[in-house]
Formats: sequence, C-alpha cells, structure tokens
Amino acid sequence: MIPQTATTPTGITRVTLLKDLRLEWRSKDAINSMLFFSLLVVVVFSFSFDPSAEESRQIAGGLIWVAFLFAAVVALNQTWAREMRNQVLDAYRVSPAPANSLFMAKTLGNFIFVSVLEALMTPLFIVFYRLRALGPAWQLLLVAVLGTWALVVNGTFFAAMSLRTRSREIMLPLLLFPISIPALLAMVQSTTSILNGEGARFWIVLLVTYDLVFTTVCLLLFETVLNAE
Amino acid sequence: MTENTPVPVITVSNLIKQFGRFAALRGVTAEFSGGKLYAILGDNGAGKTTLLRTLAGLNQPSSGHILILGSSKFHDICQQVGYMAHPSLLYDEMSGMENLDYFARLYGITSSTRCAEVIRAVGLDPGLVRPVGQYSQGMRQRMSLARALLNNPKILLLDEPFSNVDTHSATEMVHLLARTRDQGKTLFIVTHQASLLEGVADEFVWMDSGRIVGRTRELKRPTDGCGGGALPRRDGAEPRHHTSSEAGERAGESTP
Repeated sequence: MIPQTATTPTGITRVTLLKDLRLEWRSKDAINSMLFFSLLVVVVFSFSFDPSAEESRQIAGGLIWVAFLFAAVVALNQTWAREMRNQVLDAYRVSPAPANSLFMAKTLGNFIFVSVLEALMTPLFIVFYRLRALGPAWQLLLVAVLGTWALVVNGTFFAAMSLRTRSREIMLPLLLFPISIPALLAMVQSTTSILNGEGARFWIVLLVTYDLVFTTVCLLLFETVLNAE
Repeated sequence: MTENTPVPVITVSNLIKQFGRFAALRGVTAEFSGGKLYAILGDNGAGKTTLLRTLAGLNQPSSGHILILGSSKFHDICQQVGYMAHPSLLYDEMSGMENLDYFARLYGITSSTRCAEVIRAVGLDPGLVRPVGQYSQGMRQRMSLARALLNNPKILLLDEPFSNVDTHSATEMVHLLARTRDQGKTLFIVTHQASLLEGVADEFVWMDSGRIVGRTRELKRPTDGCGGGALPRRDGAEPRHHTSSEAGERAGESTP
C-alpha cells in the first residue's frame, strides 16, 4: 500500500513552482537571456538619446516597460519549451493534478523571473536616465507588481496556446502584444504620472481590473488549452 | 456475461481518431480483460501509439467510446493508469529521484520510500545524483518505466519500452513486466521487438491501417481468416469486427 494523501491544488502549485525554480537555477536559460536583452536595451537607448531630467521622466515609463515586455517574452517562451522537451507535459496531463495548478505555478514562476529582472535592471535605468520620482515612489512598486502580473498571466496563457504551433517564438508576441495594449498603456501612463508627480489612481485601478479579468479568464480556459490537440 | 467470463478492464467500441483528414484509428472495437499482458504490434503508422495515447486520455476520440475500469471519464480513473511514452517524460536537468519525487506528489504520494522502491525495481540506484540528461538511453527508459509504475497503477500503457535498450536490460525489463502482470495488473505494450514478449504476453494484438486486424496467443502475424478483428476482406465486403472473447477462442483454436 502506498501512503497517499489528497494533495491540494495549492500543494501541487507549490511543488511545480519549486521544480521550475530548481530547473531555472540549474539551467539559467530564462534569466540569462532576459538580462542580456534588457541590458542591451538600456545601453543602446542611453547611447541613442541624451535626455534631460525632465525628458527622462516623460519617456522612461515607456522605455522601461517596453524593455521588460520584450524581455518577458524570452522567459515566457522558455517556460513551456522546458515542458515540451521529452514531452514531460504529457506526464502531467495523465496525472490527477489539476490543470490550473500548473498554470498558477508557471505564472508565479514567470512573475518571479521577471521581478528579479526588474529588480536588477531598474537601478540601471535610474542611473542611465538620471531618474527621480516627483510623486510617491512607493506607488511605482505597486505599478511594478500589477504590471508584471498583467504581462505574465497573459503571457503564460498565450505561450501555452502557441505551444503546438510551428513558429511559437513568433506566435507568442503576435498573440500577446495586442491583448496587452490596455495593460501596457496603464503601466506606462501610471509610471510617467508618478515620476512627474501627478495622480495615477485611474491607471492603477485599470491595472487591477485588467489583472482580475484576465486572471479569471485564463484560469477558466487553461484546461481546454492544455488538452487541445 | 457468465461467471467465468473475465470482466473487461477496457472496452473500446468503434473508436475513430482523426487528425485533420487523416484517420489514425478507423473504428477500433475490442475488449481487454484484467491481469493480462497485451503486446500491441503492427507496422509503423498502424495506429498503435494513437490507440495507446487515446486510452491514456492524451488524445480525444473523434468518435466512439472507451470504458476503462467502468468509467468513460479518464480523469476519474487516472490514478489507476500508468503511462510510459516513447520519449522519457522526464526532466533532463533533474536526477531520477528528483524527477520521481515531483511526479509522486502529483499523485499525492509523499513518501520518497516509494520512489526509491520503484527505482530499485527497474534495476537502477536511487542514490544516483547525475541528472537524467546524462543517463544512457537504456537507463532513461528504465527510469521512465519507474515513473509509470510510481502510482502502482492497475493498468500500464507502455509505448516502445525496449527501444534503444540493450538485450540484457530489455530481458530484465520483460521479467519485471511479467511480475507486474502476475500481481494482477493489465499491461499494454506497444513494441517493434515482439520476440522479447514471446512466451510472456498473453495476447498479441495486431494492428494495421488504424484497425485491430487480429488477436493471437502466439507471435504469429494473422492472415485473412485466421486472426480476428477487422481484417480487410478480399471480396471487398465490409470487414467483420468481433469481440475479444471470440478472438480468444480463435486464438485458442490455433494454440497447440
């Protein structure tokens, strides 16, 4: 008799997340690619422009988030590519583990990877663009958390959707970018508003709403996407 | 059904699986009894892997029905099914023990003793710290079998378990599978190395062009009229389907 316990969906999310973090720690596939990409963006843009402090505050929001969006796509592609090697995803599909536990683990994993990237790259942005927030800086942290979640929740979902397509590296941005426009707009506008000392309440509420709606929709549809042939 | 008739663990009726316009399974109808080892044989493209994947719930049938352990919903019985595919279904960057520990938790198994037990059962060392990516092909196949055995399933679906495995290891695997069958489990083994299962398999199920064309007790490719299933008829008439008990009787007739 094998000792078995009813593993909760949260428990499966936890072990899957830990497994993904362990795999990333050993391979460093996603983090390395993201870091090099973002570093290139920061350096290339800093050579291309020489903005004043005022101009920096106007353009930094857009620059930062576009860099993070492009870098996140690298991590998002890696997430599922790892599951496709040796068809490991099939082992999950034949198990009694719920599909949404896998989705949440992958989303949380990507959230951690992109957050690490942001934590490492933001000081560089501040130095290169001589940024200083005129508004409450703590709100930038809130925007970072909400914005990152918006990127990774949809990104993880669409990366799973494009999993079985021939050119999935191209397919993911094609699916993800259009649907991320409202979130990207809110992220850029709220960051710019905070840096300029203006109110960002509307944009933050928009981000919260976006996150809630898309997290719910992704959770409702993920099982179908996972089992699609 | 009489008392002596074994209860089928899997019943497949008129199973059709299409990929676009290509029909990989073309009306498979069969019953499989419990506690037996079935070798599924046939040429490339015969539909063996598709049949196995459909039984494992990885492919949805285009039409037809599958009843496994009395349930038509795979999710209800997935605890009772073990699946081994041609690829290893293992993470190359993790050790065998780490892999099995992860998959065990998906089945609610929290004891690492069980993982060590199945690793030993397939002839590997649970203490091996090397990542699976550095294993030889034979070791990877055996670890993959260990993963399929992890949840102590009643039904084992194995796709090419002996491919790229040396003769000695393959023979050891066959002995292990025979012991597993003797414990009352039902095994379905898709293989191109049928001779390994000669004298071990209870039944050889022959497939061709998406159909079961014969079921024999001996490793002997059926010809028109001596096999069973839905062998195409020379006179152009509709192929005749029959049940496993009929096939068993026919096979029994041919058994010396």
